[in-house]
Amino acid sequence: MKIISGRAFVFGDDINTDVMAPGLYFKAPMAEMARHCLEAVNPDFARQVQPGDLIVAGRNFGVGSAREQAALALTHLGVGAVLAVSFGRIFYRNALNFGLPALVFPGAGLIRAGDTLQLDPVTGRIERPATGESWTVQGLPVHLMAMIEAGGLMPWLKLRLAKEKT
Amino acid sequence: MGQTLSEKILAHAAGQPVARPGEILTCRVDLALLLDSGGPRRIWPRLKELGTGVWDADRIVLCTDHFTPAVDAESAAILQLTREFAAEFGIRNFFDMRGIGHVLLAEQGLLQPGMFACGGDSHSSMGGAFGCFMAGFGAIEMTGVVVTGEIWIQVPETVQLNWSGRFGHGVVAKDIALFLCRELGMENGGRVIEYGGETVRAMSVWERMVLTNMAAELGAETGIVAADEVTLAALRAAGREPAAEALQWRGDADAAYLDVRNYAADDLVPQVAAPHSPANSGPVDSCDKVRIGQAYIGACVGAKLTDLHMVAEVLKGRKVANGSRLLVAPSSSAVMAQAAADGTLATISAAGAYILPTGCGACAALGAGVLAENEVCISSTNRNFKGRMGANSAQVYLASPYTVAASAVAGRIADPREFLA
Ligand code: SF4
Repeated sequence: MKIISGRAFVFGDDINTDVMAPGLYFKAPMAEMARHCLEAVNPDFARQVQPGDLIVAGRNFGVGSAREQAALALTHLGVGAVLAVSFGRIFYRNALNFGLPALVFPGAGLIRAGDTLQLDPVTGRIERPATGESWTVQGLPVHLMAMIEAGGLMPWLKLRLAKEKT
Repeated sequence: MGQTLSEKILAHAAGQPVARPGEILTCRVDLALLLDSGGPRRIWPRLKELGTGVWDADRIVLCTDHFTPAVDAESAAILQLTREFAAEFGIRNFFDMRGIGHVLLAEQGLLQPGMFACGGDSHSSMGGAFGCFMAGFGAIEMTGVVVTGEIWIQVPETVQLNWSGRFGHGVVAKDIALFLCRELGMENGGRVIEYGGETVRAMSVWERMVLTNMAAELGAETGIVAADEVTLAALRAAGREPAAEALQWRGDADAAYLDVRNYAADDLVPQVAAPHSPANSGPVDSCDKVRIGQAYIGACVGAKLTDLHMVAEVLKGRKVANGSRLLVAPSSSAVMAQAAADGTLATISAAGAYILPTGCGACAALGAGVLAENEVCISSTNRNFKGRMGANSAQVYLASPYTVAASAVAGRIADPREFLA
């Protein structure tokens, strides 16, 4: 998997799935839902985020409901990866299932908003070129990489169903 | 070394003798719960894309609850699609506008001790009150479950919480759940919370379900209560014979727990969680000056028959305060019928409460009872995240049905013990 490079959008602890995918927009198309993604904590996020940018967050990112729109809103906006001190469990699984790398980064608090970061999700190496600093975190495990490399759960299921047919 | 209850269930579901924390297993799914919210509307298009159907229609339970009753053409279309899915795949356990899925599973006796079950909703942990391992997953993963009947699980550590002693009057399982959100925080990923001790043993399954439901707020993999005679009696009351080995599903005496904690129920007072987090909880008197506009009794966790009984006990011979309103959305048709038959609904409506349709309703701002900017609400639901029940500036306090009812009468957050004999 190639290196992910982008600016950091920094969030605190306990950012929940309701603020990523507000219930008020459940019936709206994803493009509209995504425009309101995280607005309760950062009203400018959806407007400013560029493809490849990274979310860097504190503890328990994605705590809350099973709504997959939370992870989908981030991929819709082009978020390249999420680095957090820890994750809500369903959000973590959903993110990987949509091919959005999510890595546990205990040093997330050292990152400042707007820092440019480079991430290799397999080796877990995070670099901040401006200061020359780097950190190594646990890369994504092999059993998950197979699915992420297939492009997420759906492409992986397709491969599996095709295999069963032959 | 022995195994905990959930390790045993996961090992069994994976077809191996032992499961150890951290191990990644592929488990066979005994039961999959799909709801209108993240169910057919997300899964069916994917099944079409894959050109496949469901692995076993008889292991799928499908309920409409989030978008019921339809309030606009979009929610009506979601319900219609859900009905078509049930017909297309021959899902016999389809409950259309009969109540909230998590409660229906219990009412129908569909969960057996030792089962491995998955639900497409975060509060699927509620099923763990029947001594099964039931956890919530996103719709994308439920697609995988529906296609293959399997899912990967990283075996969680188990944390055992033992409650001893008896509650004072007016203190209930919800107060334990809110207390634990503060005590343990919301970041218990990779852990199963196993609830036990004499206080839990003395609870009905409906009260145990409050604990396992709110394992979701603890961020846990799931919550579980080992089966006992109470569990078996609940299954029989639902018209199901418990499996022969039901009571054998329990942790070994020498199982390794990540943590074991002991608490005394005697000391617990009614708890309230202030905005905007269930972990922002404290004794009820920490909020007792807060005036409320809306009091809400609803949701899977807080509108079962036992919950409505608590509300009626407080409201009997009293009125909802001027300037406040009490909205009550019973969690299922069966709850509605029982509450009508035993006089509970009459007591509640005589107090001036507003009875709402069965369903998720205002809990997730999908149905009637949504909050305006800056409104203050006390609610028997499980989450008070910013914007969850309506406007971002709305202030939602979480509490037990007793405390919600007492607050409706007082017009401010009130200690229910002042209203109970
Ligand atoms: S009542 Fe609320 S918490 Fe329960 S399933 Fe419905 S939306 Fe979720």
